[in-house]
Amino acid sequence: MIVNTNTIYDLAAQGKRLDGRSLTDYRTPVQIETSISWTAEGSARVQIGSTIVMAGVKLSLEKPYNDTPNEGGITINAELLPLSSSEYESGPPGIKAIELARVVDRGIRESKAIDLKKLCIAPGEKAWFVMVDLITINDAGNLYDVAGLAALAALKSAFFPKIDPETGAILYKEKTAVPLPLVKEPLPITIYKINGKLFVDPTKEEEETYEARLTVASDPDGTLSAIQKGGDMPLTVDEIAQIIDLALTKAAFLRGILTTHYGKALHH
Amino acid sequence: MVYRKRLDGRKIDELRPVEAKVGVVSNADGSASFRIGKTWAIAAVYGPREIFPRFLQNPKRGILRCHYSMMPFSGSGERIRPGSNRRAQEISLVIQKSLEPVVDLSAFPNAVVDIFVELPQTDAGTRCAAISAASMALAVAGIPMKDLVSSVAVGKVDDKVVVDLDYMEEHIEEFNPESAAASVADIPVAMIHNTKEVTLLQMDGKVSKEDLIYALELAKKGIEQVYATQVKALKAYFPSE
Amino acid sequence: MSTILVQERAIVVPGEALAEGMDYLPGDNTYREQERIYSKVLGLVSLSGRVLKITPLAGPYIPKIDDKIIAKVTDITMSGWRVDTATAYSAMLNVKDASSRFIKKEEDLSQILAIGDYLVVGIINVTSQNLIDVTMRAPGLHKIEGGRIIEINCQKVPRVIGKQGSMISLLKEKTGCDITVGQNGLVWIKGSTPEQERRVESAIRLIELKSHLEGLTEKVEKFLSEVQ
Repeated sequence: MIVNTNTIYDLAAQGKRLDGRSLTDYRTPVQIETSISWTAEGSARVQIGSTIVMAGVKLSLEKPYNDTPNEGGITINAELLPLSSSEYESGPPGIKAIELARVVDRGIRESKAIDLKKLCIAPGEKAWFVMVDLITINDAGNLYDVAGLAALAALKSAFFPKIDPETGAILYKEKTAVPLPLVKEPLPITIYKINGKLFVDPTKEEEETYEARLTVASDPDGTLSAIQKGGDMPLTVDEIAQIIDLALTKAAFLRGILTTHYGKALHH
Repeated sequence: MVYRKRLDGRKIDELRPVEAKVGVVSNADGSASFRIGKTWAIAAVYGPREIFPRFLQNPKRGILRCHYSMMPFSGSGERIRPGSNRRAQEISLVIQKSLEPVVDLSAFPNAVVDIFVELPQTDAGTRCAAISAASMALAVAGIPMKDLVSSVAVGKVDDKVVVDLDYMEEHIEEFNPESAAASVADIPVAMIHNTKEVTLLQMDGKVSKEDLIYALELAKKGIEQVYATQVKALKAYFPSE
Repeated sequence: MSTILVQERAIVVPGEALAEGMDYLPGDNTYREQERIYSKVLGLVSLSGRVLKITPLAGPYIPKIDDKIIAKVTDITMSGWRVDTATAYSAMLNVKDASSRFIKKEEDLSQILAIGDYLVVGIINVTSQNLIDVTMRAPGLHKIEGGRIIEINCQKVPRVIGKQGSMISLLKEKTGCDITVGQNGLVWIKGSTPEQERRVESAIRLIELKSHLEGLTEKVEKFLSEVQ
């Protein structure tokens, strides 16, 4: 709504938001549920404000790629369901879904969050491949943070299925007690620039107003594993430095909620 | 072959645990979640709204359009490729046809009411759960409808007519050694509550006419329980304080 | 012998039987089948005299002549502006209905109303196919500038306005905000501060949530006295 986007823009100058939050606060609630789908090897539902994303992990056995015969693989896919917003249509993923999936994917891939060597069963012949599907249930803004958190929560909840010792087939209905070899926990945080100010966790209307955004995926120790700039306007180097600091703080905040959800952090 | 006792211990006319909730997708005009056992359907209704492509417009009344889809991780085997397939398209059609008789879109010429149903996990009976969820979502969206539609599967497992088959019962030969040569008939049914008219009926397998009619009588009982769950969830949406 | 099967203000679902016997008459959102009257929507029972009707708890806006709605300019044509009405049907604002001043033939219409502008307009015509004509040539109809627009359940609009505008007056008086409620469920709120606008927004959300309960005005008064 142009009336609202104009007002959002004007309020930003005063450091205010339409919904009364401070510029760097998340909406409430921030909720994490895991193992929501018995058919997935791992799954999660994350809600921030009224934005909801489900993530599901499926494993398959494939032949490793020729250039990495000792490794399995991981791929992230995102589906912006027409169920989740009147803006989305049925059909193959559009560029918005592809960018979302790619940004989450790179954070996980480049941080080497999954030890891909541990996914290998027989070098050059057989290895586990991990597929994470991110499914939007309600898009009320900030899909990036919600989807990134959902992907990590789902990966943390995943266990390998058993393999039939005779046929080598995957027994999907029987899970082992072996979790995925998740050695890092990267989390992407996206910071938006509106009227020169930095915003965390934008609503849908705030997303219609932004000039630039920067997604920063980081590990708990502050190592950056992936960055993506979006939006029509440039960012200064100073702004980028500020954004990274803010993103690291917010990653720690969301990671804290994930840790609380699991009772304790995973130690490997 | 004799099916002595149901694999999960249920009585022949006993549904798996049923749970319903409305208002689960806040962007939608109406939405609902319906669970039966480990099958879970989420339905969202958008509309009446403008229809694209325009050649689908009906100047006499609004049209109902249904989109059924299983999430990629919702199958009990390997990942399902997202996007439509022949099975999903057929199920979308039969869901739409099961709801059309109760919905009155005469006030909305040229418009469409879209129903999207997604399943995060499944254990048989997905189209029935989808219909029960969609019917609630339509009511929450305030779409004029003369009644609710409720749905459940019935079927024949070996010699027994049972209600609400789960995946193991649909594949009895895999799970029950005594049923090596087993035959299974799966019969999803939907009914309009007041009249008990049938708006969805499909059957896969082998069944005699007598058993089919008996199965439909059994379906009426199961559907009554689904209906009670739907009504309770719809009324609970409006807090009494 | 006729019997009422539900209580006044009870919540009923589509297909729920409301009364038996021919002494009662089916009103809005109900239908009769043989001896019985049934509800056609999810809503609240209301009986006036012998007529049973249901007030829907949600549902689409049906455009009506003389309704004031909030609409968005989506296109400019030879004869005026096409506006989105937040329904399945767009409306036309003809050049002659856009302003009390004379608009010359060669004028650039986008200088008067641009794509994306929100307008408070009145419905002057609706056909059987829901083709809608709107006007801005009446008091209280204008282009919207500043403030915020929120979307509410349009079935709750009468409750947000209140009897003879009592609820809306209460909201205006307690917050100092300018409030325009479109019958199509879009509400424009403009106050001196965003905080006051948010108070109105929260109060309206409370009305949406609790409008089916008794004592709504008291609840809203209490809310406004607690939230400054």
